[in-house]
Amino acid sequence: MDIGGINIITLLATLIVASVPILMAALGELVVEKSGVLNLGVEGMMIIGAVIGFVVAVQTGNPVIGFLGGAVAGAALAAVFALLTQVLLANQVASGLALTLFGLGLSSLIGQGWNGIRPPLTRDVPLGPLSDIPVLGPVLFSHDWMVYASFALVVAVWWVLRRTRAGLILRAVGESHDAAHALGYKVRRIRMAAILFGGAMAGMGGAYISLIRVPQWTDGITSGAGWIALAIVVFASWKPWRVLLGAWLFGGISVLQLSLQAAGSRIPVEYLSMSPYVITILVLVFISSGRGRAMGAPADLGKTFHASR
Amino acid sequence: MTGARALLQLEGLTKAYPGVVANSGIGFTIRAGEVHALLGENGAGKSTLVKMIYGLVRPDAGRMLLNGADYAPDRPATARKAGVGMVFQHFSLFDAMTVAENVALGMELPPPMRELAAQIRATSINYGLPLDPDRIVGDLSAGERQRVEIVRCLLQDPRLLIMDEPTSVLTPQEVDILFRTLRKLAAEGTAILYISHKLEEIRTICDHATILRRGKVVATCTPAERTARELAEMMVGTVLTPPARPAAPKGDIALEVNGLSAPSPIPFGTALKNIRLSVRAGEVLGIAGVAGNGQDELLLALNGELRCASDIVRINGKSIGHRGPRGRRHAGLVAAPEERLGHAAAPDMTLTENAVLSGAQRRKLVRRGFIDWRRARTFAEEIIREFDVRTPGTEVAARALSGGNLQKFVVGRELSQDPAVIVINQPTWGVDAAAAASIRQAILDRAAAGAAIIVISQDLDELLEIADSFAALNEGHLTEPRPVAGLTVEQIGLMMGGVHGMEAANGPA
Repeated sequence: MDIGGINIITLLATLIVASVPILMAALGELVVEKSGVLNLGVEGMMIIGAVIGFVVAVQTGNPVIGFLGGAVAGAALAAVFALLTQVLLANQVASGLALTLFGLGLSSLIGQGWNGIRPPLTRDVPLGPLSDIPVLGPVLFSHDWMVYASFALVVAVWWVLRRTRAGLILRAVGESHDAAHALGYKVRRIRMAAILFGGAMAGMGGAYISLIRVPQWTDGITSGAGWIALAIVVFASWKPWRVLLGAWLFGGISVLQLSLQAAGSRIPVEYLSMSPYVITILVLVFISSGRGRAMGAPADLGKTFHASR
Repeated sequence: MTGARALLQLEGLTKAYPGVVANSGIGFTIRAGEVHALLGENGAGKSTLVKMIYGLVRPDAGRMLLNGADYAPDRPATARKAGVGMVFQHFSLFDAMTVAENVALGMELPPPMRELAAQIRATSINYGLPLDPDRIVGDLSAGERQRVEIVRCLLQDPRLLIMDEPTSVLTPQEVDILFRTLRKLAAEGTAILYISHKLEEIRTICDHATILRRGKVVATCTPAERTARELAEMMVGTVLTPPARPAAPKGDIALEVNGLSAPSPIPFGTALKNIRLSVRAGEVLGIAGVAGNGQDELLLALNGELRCASDIVRINGKSIGHRGPRGRRHAGLVAAPEERLGHAAAPDMTLTENAVLSGAQRRKLVRRGFIDWRRARTFAEEIIREFDVRTPGTEVAARALSGGNLQKFVVGRELSQDPAVIVINQPTWGVDAAAAASIRQAILDRAAAGAAIIVISQDLDELLEIADSFAALNEGHLTEPRPVAGLTVEQIGLMMGGVHGMEAANGPA
């Protein structure tokens, strides 16, 4: 199964691993945006999660606690955003950008002296005979627990948004905060909860990069994954299943360019390696132009809510 | 009805906001099974009072008794639990969600979706308001959207139903259906607090009326025993004179629209479909229609914010369809959109600046690329004087004016530009009765001076009062204009589309 010097099965297996960080972050951001908040600080929350997750895992020797640490760190940074935008009614776009800049700087500071250390190893989940199935085995059934957790989260987010009352209220708040307020729902509280969830998801996604994907700490380790996650949410028209597809697509592109590089392809790899970012820039221009409504964006996405009436 | 027990008693309710006392010592009683009207002009304190009853605002003083027990709701959920439901004027609906989801959001403990859908079907048919629970609310007509709100309340067995301006979005036929529903509810013992400007409707449906002026109860009466004129005068506190309408010969065709079709730039908007109309100099064409049937789009297309092929719109024979708003102003067409803040006026700019934005060309307020501020201020002062705009001066932000005063300013600004064609959407929306009368008079004066005028409005009484010919918008189609003389309300209702969506769901109930 080799095409142009690239093993397809290995490629698919790596693709699944490579897509986990952006999948987690994008799922979190999807919930945040469904509640009507645009948090552009995903990159910042991811990298804080990456560094804190790494430090906690190395200190405790337990990667699971490391992931928890990453989630808490991401949520803590998201709490700053929640305070700025929901309590002080600051502009969401500016606050989100500031959050990314702050996260990048702070992670670099915290990460001083943690370079070149190997984190405790996370093993693949032993699925016994399943992993011996040809093709499907290596692609789907020989991964670490976070891969399966991220799949479970896709299902969970879809189910909560579609099938539960909590999800209905969350969507209602993003659709029209004035109407939700008139019916007596606590718009601000619901949005804050969504923002914290988004932060925790981004933090875990970041921790996955530093603990499993790479695995070590270097400055700027997320290298734009947060922006890609933001683009995927739009790309997926705010639907969890499509977020999974989008994550695989973008993850696939980044893996493919590495493989092409290794195989000595004649296509300049620069084109492939910049393509996720080019697409991301286009999508970000698209959402800020306000044309997202036609694609199913929540109607009150990015609008500041003030219960004045 | 007088024998029925008291359901809700209000005693000395007072609520003050910075700078204004919205309600002062309000007291009256609503009995079970009665339809009680709450009358008053804009700013008389009706909405504040209703918000207190529904738990959105807490009173500063006074108390409420529901069935003889103390009632002090701290939020709408408490009010709903106590049996108070409310149908909002500006709908509290979520466009991108289904009818069933919208209903579920307004309930405390909704049953599972499938059961709820069945309940919605049953209740809506039972009260003659059929609804399909699976449809997306954004695709419904205004009348159907209101049904969603009503059914949402009914599913919770309310003892008191508050209805804020329920008929402003309905065709006359739909109003009949609503009234049948309300009578049925009243017969079952539900009390209804009915807020409206439409005095004839109140005379038809309401058993009692409480009239508010400047935050106080000024009168109570039985509406059927009074004329609409008397009720209006109780609201306003002065004697009203209907606008004078000099009969003048009509001139040549000033505005001609030939087969205008355009998609809507507004989410969940209505596309315009093959619109044809012509207005003569000195003629007022009234365009009616339920909200959301293409009124906003028609204004955008006539104003030039939506452009079309040049031959489709002509002013005095000149093709200007390809021109934008500035080009059309130059040709003599001015327009006043419905949305005051953000469309007709820039909220944070002063009245002078807002006067320049629209009047620069026709009033020559710009010379060699520079704004002539002295002339601009004089223009703003002239509008303020002639249209009785209550403002401390010309250098006040548009946002600071009350809705009615800003409306007088933006309508006055367009009428004062000596235009050949005037297009106005909702000229007296949110304006008190006295000011509305003066705006209508100004429109008629312009027509007498030879302007061709299109008035788009949801207020049928207004259109019948000032228009020479009449057409209706229904789902983006414009009916053939007909002379107003001799039109019956029944005919107008049919032109507006009769009853929307009755066959869409379950067939006529």
